[in-house]
Amino acid sequence: MKLGFLVDLNLCMGCKGCEIACKVENEVPLSSWRLRVKYIDLGTFPDTRRSFTPLRCNHCENAPCERICPVSALHYLENGIVNVDSARCIGCAGCMMACPYGAIYMDPETNTADKCTYCAHRIESGMMPACVVACPVEANIFGDLDDDHSNISLYIMEHKGAVQVRKPEKHTSPTHFYVGGGNQTLNPLAHQRIEGFNLFNDITKLHHVGDKNHGILDRFLAPFGGHESASTNDSLLESKISTESHEQEGGH
Amino acid sequence: MVESTIHATQAVVTLDVPIQGIVWGSIITVNMWAKSIGTGVLFVAAYLWFRHNKEDMPNLRWLMPIIAFVALNVFLFFTLIDLHQPYRMINIFLHPHWTSSITVGAWLASIFLGLMTAMMAIGVSDAFPSLGGKKCQITKIARKNSGFYEKIMPFMLFLALPVTMYTAIIMAQSSARELWQAPTEVMQMMWAALMAGSAALIFISGSWTKEARKDLALILSVAVFFSFAMYMGEYFFSFKSSEAEATLAYVHSGGEYNIQFWLGMTLGFIAPFFLAISAMKDDNKTLLRFAALLALIGLALAKDVWLKIPQLLPLS
Repeated sequence: MKLGFLVDLNLCMGCKGCEIACKVENEVPLSSWRLRVKYIDLGTFPDTRRSFTPLRCNHCENAPCERICPVSALHYLENGIVNVDSARCIGCAGCMMACPYGAIYMDPETNTADKCTYCAHRIESGMMPACVVACPVEANIFGDLDDDHSNISLYIMEHKGAVQVRKPEKHTSPTHFYVGGGNQTLNPLAHQRIEGFNLFNDITKLHHVGDKNHGILDRFLAPFGGHESASTNDSLLESKISTESHEQEGGH
Repeated sequence: MVESTIHATQAVVTLDVPIQGIVWGSIITVNMWAKSIGTGVLFVAAYLWFRHNKEDMPNLRWLMPIIAFVALNVFLFFTLIDLHQPYRMINIFLHPHWTSSITVGAWLASIFLGLMTAMMAIGVSDAFPSLGGKKCQITKIARKNSGFYEKIMPFMLFLALPVTMYTAIIMAQSSARELWQAPTEVMQMMWAALMAGSAALIFISGSWTKEARKDLALILSVAVFFSFAMYMGEYFFSFKSSEAEATLAYVHSGGEYNIQFWLGMTLGFIAPFFLAISAMKDDNKTLLRFAALLALIGLALAKDVWLKIPQLLPLS
């Protein structure tokens, strides 16, 4: 069995339902994303259009993150999923440097590497990944690439010639495919990131890796419990303040 | 024609999450810099012992392992503090994953440091016969096994090669950062070790013979020359990958990393080359020490830029 993913970008409408479902299912902390949908505006007015590209771990067959991990925290499951064992991770960030797709992040709560696991825990119970279930237009197609009659295999065969992967020149053999993508949507160097052009969000770059309130000394003191409680309280306080201000502005 | 094509294919990101900034920062720079000193002093000492009598460099036998010991501990300490889960570093030894150059490097560096500690104990015990008195077991064992120092030197030299170069393999395995994928990185690490090793030994060469010091200055000038030439090659020559091109284009266009890079090149490579050549002629110890200091500062600046700039590109 070799599980794979295919996103038909012609169907995706950028609702971000998959992004939210992933966040909820996997309890992904603030400032971290296992799956995100990127909006890119193409062309020049009036000939413009907006494209939506969901981006997640590619679960490469030749995964650089698995190779560089010094303690096998990143490892293959029998079904081809590149899984993370956060209890073993030492937080060296080697995987973040190796992944050509920027799909790995340092969890700010556990200070260990984390990423999309194709919802391995759901697959084990015979369920589909949360993002697949949430997609209202079935743009996410998931299944066994080794099975010729699976949805994903049939979709790939049907769209032969139009199926793409990100950065094929890296020879990572991703098991994550796209239909309807182009260089402008799949190549991060083919589109600009202009300061101030982001909708809803002014933060274009994260200036911390892992927990921003977790300095070098805190990393050593963490097992003794001193920092953990303080950090959790800070996060709760921040979220309380933001909730209150949100409610004051008429939000729910 | 070209202009209109570019115009028509304009693409701008209008909604995305904040992208990752620099993941491996100055801590890793210090890590690499200290390791260059730790292994470099051994290479240079071995060359000097091959070329000269031991009496020409009376303090080298005990001071070289001390410098290496301190530098390697700085290197390992900075490796440790860069980890987000520092106590789990033990997992590298309990659950090693041998395809990872981080694992292989950590094992080799630990063995290297262990043997270097033994060399330090022997070197210091032999140099100071009254050290520890008659009751100290460590100095007693060290003096009893004095010959072990010379016996393991060839093995240490052999071991120092992968310990020096494995960081280049880590960079090669960091396949997301195209700028580090150049095969020249391996040689760059070797030149950095020779540069840092000779620079560190210059500070203890005051009592050495003129010829030995001249050789030290020669190693420094040759190392900075070739290291500089390789940096220039990597900086100006065209890479085949668009990521590396984009990284370099960003630095070429100016900004803080451009200034830091050229400051590093001038301080650490161009100035020490001329200072070391000039110090060789008239055996000017002060000038040579100044060249060594500049080389160590410039090397850190250059390594820092080369480490950080590829991390500025968005990966997705």
